[in-house]
Amino acid sequence: MRKFSIQALDTIFAKIAADEKLYLPVDGENGSNYKLWEPGVQMSDALNTVRSAKDFFFPQTENLIEFKVTGKQIDIIDVRNENEDFVVFGVRACDVRSFDILDRVFLSEPIDSYYANRRAHSVIISMACTRPAETCFCGTFDIDAANPAGDITCWKTQDSIYMRANTDKGEKLLAKLDGLTEECDDSAVSAQQDKTRRIMERLPLANLSAEKFGGGKTNEFFNSPAWKELSQACLGCGTCTFVCPTCQCYDIKDYDTGNGVIRFRCWDSCMYSDFTKMAHGNSRNSQVERFRQRFMHKLVYYPENNEGIFGCVGCGRCLAKCPISMNIVKVMKKLGEE
Amino acid sequence: MDVNYEALIPKVGVITDVRIDTPDVKTFRVVTPDGKKAFDHKPGQCAMLSIPGVGEAMFSITSAPTNTEYMEFSIKKCGCVTEWLHQAEVGQQITIRGPYGNPFPVDDAFVGKDLLFVAGGIGLAPLRSVINYCRHYRDRYGKIDIVYGSRSKDDLVDYQEIINEWMEDDGIDVHLTIDREQEGWDGHVGFVPNYVKELNFDTNKTVIICGPPIMIKFTLEGLISMGYNKQQVYTTMELRMKCGVGKCGRCNIGSKYVCKDGPVFRCDQLEELPDEY
Amino acid sequence: MQKITRENLINKAIELLDNGTVSRVLGWKIGEFAYDVTPAVFTTKEDLQKDFIFDDFCNANFSKYLIAETRKAEEKVLVFLKPCDTYSFNQLLTEHRFSREKVYAVGIPCEGMLDIGKIKALAGEGIIDVIPGEGSITVKNLYEEEKTLAYGDVLTERCLSCKSKKHVVYDELMGEEGDVIDSNRFDEVEKIEKMSADERFAFWQSQLSKCIRCNACRDICPACTCEKCVFDNPKSSVNNKAISDSFEEKMFHIIRAFHVAGRCTDCGECSRVCPQGIPLHLLNRKFIKDINSFYGDYQAGQEEGSRAPLINYTFDDLEPGEAVGRGV
Repeated sequence: MRKFSIQALDTIFAKIAADEKLYLPVDGENGSNYKLWEPGVQMSDALNTVRSAKDFFFPQTENLIEFKVTGKQIDIIDVRNENEDFVVFGVRACDVRSFDILDRVFLSEPIDSYYANRRAHSVIISMACTRPAETCFCGTFDIDAANPAGDITCWKTQDSIYMRANTDKGEKLLAKLDGLTEECDDSAVSAQQDKTRRIMERLPLANLSAEKFGGGKTNEFFNSPAWKELSQACLGCGTCTFVCPTCQCYDIKDYDTGNGVIRFRCWDSCMYSDFTKMAHGNSRNSQVERFRQRFMHKLVYYPENNEGIFGCVGCGRCLAKCPISMNIVKVMKKLGEE
Repeated sequence: MDVNYEALIPKVGVITDVRIDTPDVKTFRVVTPDGKKAFDHKPGQCAMLSIPGVGEAMFSITSAPTNTEYMEFSIKKCGCVTEWLHQAEVGQQITIRGPYGNPFPVDDAFVGKDLLFVAGGIGLAPLRSVINYCRHYRDRYGKIDIVYGSRSKDDLVDYQEIINEWMEDDGIDVHLTIDREQEGWDGHVGFVPNYVKELNFDTNKTVIICGPPIMIKFTLEGLISMGYNKQQVYTTMELRMKCGVGKCGRCNIGSKYVCKDGPVFRCDQLEELPDEY
Repeated sequence: MQKITRENLINKAIELLDNGTVSRVLGWKIGEFAYDVTPAVFTTKEDLQKDFIFDDFCNANFSKYLIAETRKAEEKVLVFLKPCDTYSFNQLLTEHRFSREKVYAVGIPCEGMLDIGKIKALAGEGIIDVIPGEGSITVKNLYEEEKTLAYGDVLTERCLSCKSKKHVVYDELMGEEGDVIDSNRFDEVEKIEKMSADERFAFWQSQLSKCIRCNACRDICPACTCEKCVFDNPKSSVNNKAISDSFEEKMFHIIRAFHVAGRCTDCGECSRVCPQGIPLHLLNRKFIKDINSFYGDYQAGQEEGSRAPLINYTFDDLEPGEAVGRGV
C-alpha cells in the first residue's frame, strides 16, 4: 500500500493529468459531477455524483457512423473517436460495480466495440466511502463500500490518501507516482474500514434483502397484483433510468445534418411509451408493463442471464431523484411481502 | 488492442430487383455494390435493413441460404421504413447488417421428419427460406405439407413460385386458402386454423407456423385438439428491435431476447415465457 | 389559526368514504425516509390510517392525476388541493380534461413545502429525521449530528415566490382561507431580461445543456396533457431523447414553454422534479410576465372557463410588430 499527504493531492493530479485526461467529481450548483481536472479544480467531498460514472463508457449520446447520401448511392463514413486514454478518480464502490454489470452486456458477444474501446483506454481509481447516506443500500448486493474495486482503490483520511493497486493497469499508474508516494502498512485503512462498516450496519436500508429475487423467479413475480399499485403514480419519465448507473438500454437514431446523416446511439428508457412500439402495436401497452419491465430486468431477468448477479448496485440515485419517490427499494419491499 | 469490428455498423447493399407480390407486399433482391451476397445466413435468421435518415428495421431473410448469389426480403408496407422501401427503385442503395437470431433447426430436429408449414399473409416470408432450404435438401426430410392462406388471392405472397415450383415438386402438398369467396378462385375458402383441422393431418409432423398472432393462437389450439403437443410446433417472433444483438434492451420476453435467443422458438419454450408479446 | 394536521385530513377522508360521497382518495403516501412521499389512491380507512401522510414534503400537485383517475370509475374521487394546486385544477377544467362531477375537492391551507435538495445541501447526506419547529426545522442524521435550518432557507423555489394562499376552487375548505399574494416571482425573470443577449444565451445554454431528456418536466406538468406528445411521435422530426445535436435540448424546452404559454399556472412542478436542477419555471414565467404586460394581467386557472389572452382576439390586442419591439 502507498500513501501520500492530502496536501500533495494537486501534485498527484498534475502528474496523472500530464499524460492522460483526468476526470474527478467536482461540486457544482446542482451537486457533484465528473469534470476534467485542470490546475485549480477541487475534488468534491460529496458522497456521490448526481450523474453516474456510466457516462464515461456509455455516454448519453454518441455518434456511431455517418452516411453520405448522393442520389441512390450511400457512402459510410467512419466518425469514431473512442480511443483516448483517460483516468477517472474517485469512483464509489457502487459505481465501480456498475461497470461489471455493464461489461456483461456490452462485452458479451458480439462485443460492443465503442464501449470496449473506452473501457480498455480507462483507468478507474475508486474511493472508499466513509459517510454513506440514508439512501445507500449497496450492501444488499454484497458490495463493500469500504473496499471498492477498480484498478486502484483509494482511502481518504483526515490527512492522507492511501492507494492500493488491484490490476496491472493500476500497478502501472501507481509506479508512475512512486516518487510522490511512500510505502505504508494498512493499519489506518483497516481502522477506517471498520468504522465505515459499523455505519453501514446502521443504515436504514441495511436489512434490505434481495434473497427473494433472482433468476428463475419470473413466474413468481410477473403476474403479481402489486405491480398495478406500485406503478400507479409513475409518470413514465426516464429519470430513474438516466440517473441509474446500470441502466443500459439504448436507441439508435438518425439525424439529418443537412449535408449527411449521422447515426447515433442515445440512452433510452423502458419507461417510455415508444420503447417497444412498432408499426403494428406495442407489447408493453401501459405504464404497468413498462414499470414492471424495469424492475423485473434488474431483479430477475438480468440475474437469470448473468449467474445470479443483480442489475442494481444500491447507489440510491433513483431514491433521491424520482419525481414521485417510487423506487426499487419500495418495489423489493412490496413484492417481498407476498 | 482496440476492437474494430462493430455489429452496429452496416454494409452498403444495392436493390437489384423489386417484385410486386401483392398490393402491399414487395420482394426486394439485395446484393453488395460489387454484386455479391452480403453475408451467409441460416433459414429463419434476420437482417437489419436501413435507409439513412429514415430508420432501421429487422426483416426476416426470405431467400434460402442455398441461394449463394443474393438475398431476398418480402416486405409488407406498414411503417416508416417499409413505406420508404416500397417507393425504392432498382439501383437504390440501402444498408444491411446481420445475420441475427437463431435459425430453425433444419439440420437437426427437422431431419427425417414430416414437415407441416402453416403460414398466413406476410407470415410466409420467414418460412419461404425454410421451405426452399428443405426443397434443396429434399431427401433429408419426410413428407412436406404447406398450408398457406391470405385474405384474398391477390394477397398470397410469392404466388407464382408456389404454383410454378412448390406445387410441381414431388412429395410436397400445397394447400392454399383465402378468407372469402373470390371470382377466379376455385380453391379452398376459409381461415387457416379451420383448414388445418379439416385437412386432418397425422399427428407425427413437425409444424412450423408463422402469421398473425390470432392465426397462430387458433391454429395451435386446433393442433393440440388434433393430438399434437407443443414440442412439435415451432414459430418465429417479432418485437421492436434496435440493435439486433441482445443489448439495446427492448425485444425481451422475460429474460429472453427475441433478436438473440429467438426469433425462432419452440412453442413449449415460448409458453414458459411471460405473456408479454 | 388552527393548523390542519394529518389526522384532520384522514378523518375527513374517512368521513367522505363512509358517507359514500367518494370511493377513492387521492393522497400522499408515506415513504422510506422522513421526506419521501408518493402520490397514491386510498380506498380504505385502514390504508389511510397506515400510510396517509401530510407533512412539509407533500409537494405533489394532484390535479393532473385526476385525468386518469376520473376515468377509472363512476364514483367521485376525493382530492386534497393546496392553493396553488387549485389553479391547475381550474385550468384543466377549462380545457375539459376531466369531469368536475367526478371529483370532490377539499382545499387545504399551505404554509409552503420544503425542498429536500436544499436541506441536503445545507445539512449533508444521511438524513434520518426532519422535525418541524417554529420557523425552522431540525435535521437529524445518521452520524448523531443535528442541524437547525430556517424555513426560508429550505422552502422550495416556488413557495418562496408563492403567488397565492387563496383556493380558487373547492367543494369544501379546511382551515382558513388565505389571500392572493403580491409575489416577487418575476424578480428572477427581470434579472435575466437585464442580461445582454450573449449573456442570456450563455445562461440558457449552460442550464439547458444539463438536460438529460428524462422528460420528467413534461410528464409532471399539469399543462402537458396531450394524449400523445409531439415529442413522442417518431415522425414529428423532434426527439423525445438526447440527440447528437445539443441544440435539440433547447428546442424541447422552448417548444414546451411555447406550448404551455397562457395555460401554465406557474405551479413550479417542472423545476421541482428536474433531476438536473434546471430552473425551467423561469421560461414559463417569462411568458407569463410578457402576457401580463402585453395584454393586461392574466392568471391561468384563476377562473374556470376564462379565455387566455393568446387565444382570445380583441381589437385592443397588441400588434405583432409592437410585441416584438417590447419583448426584447
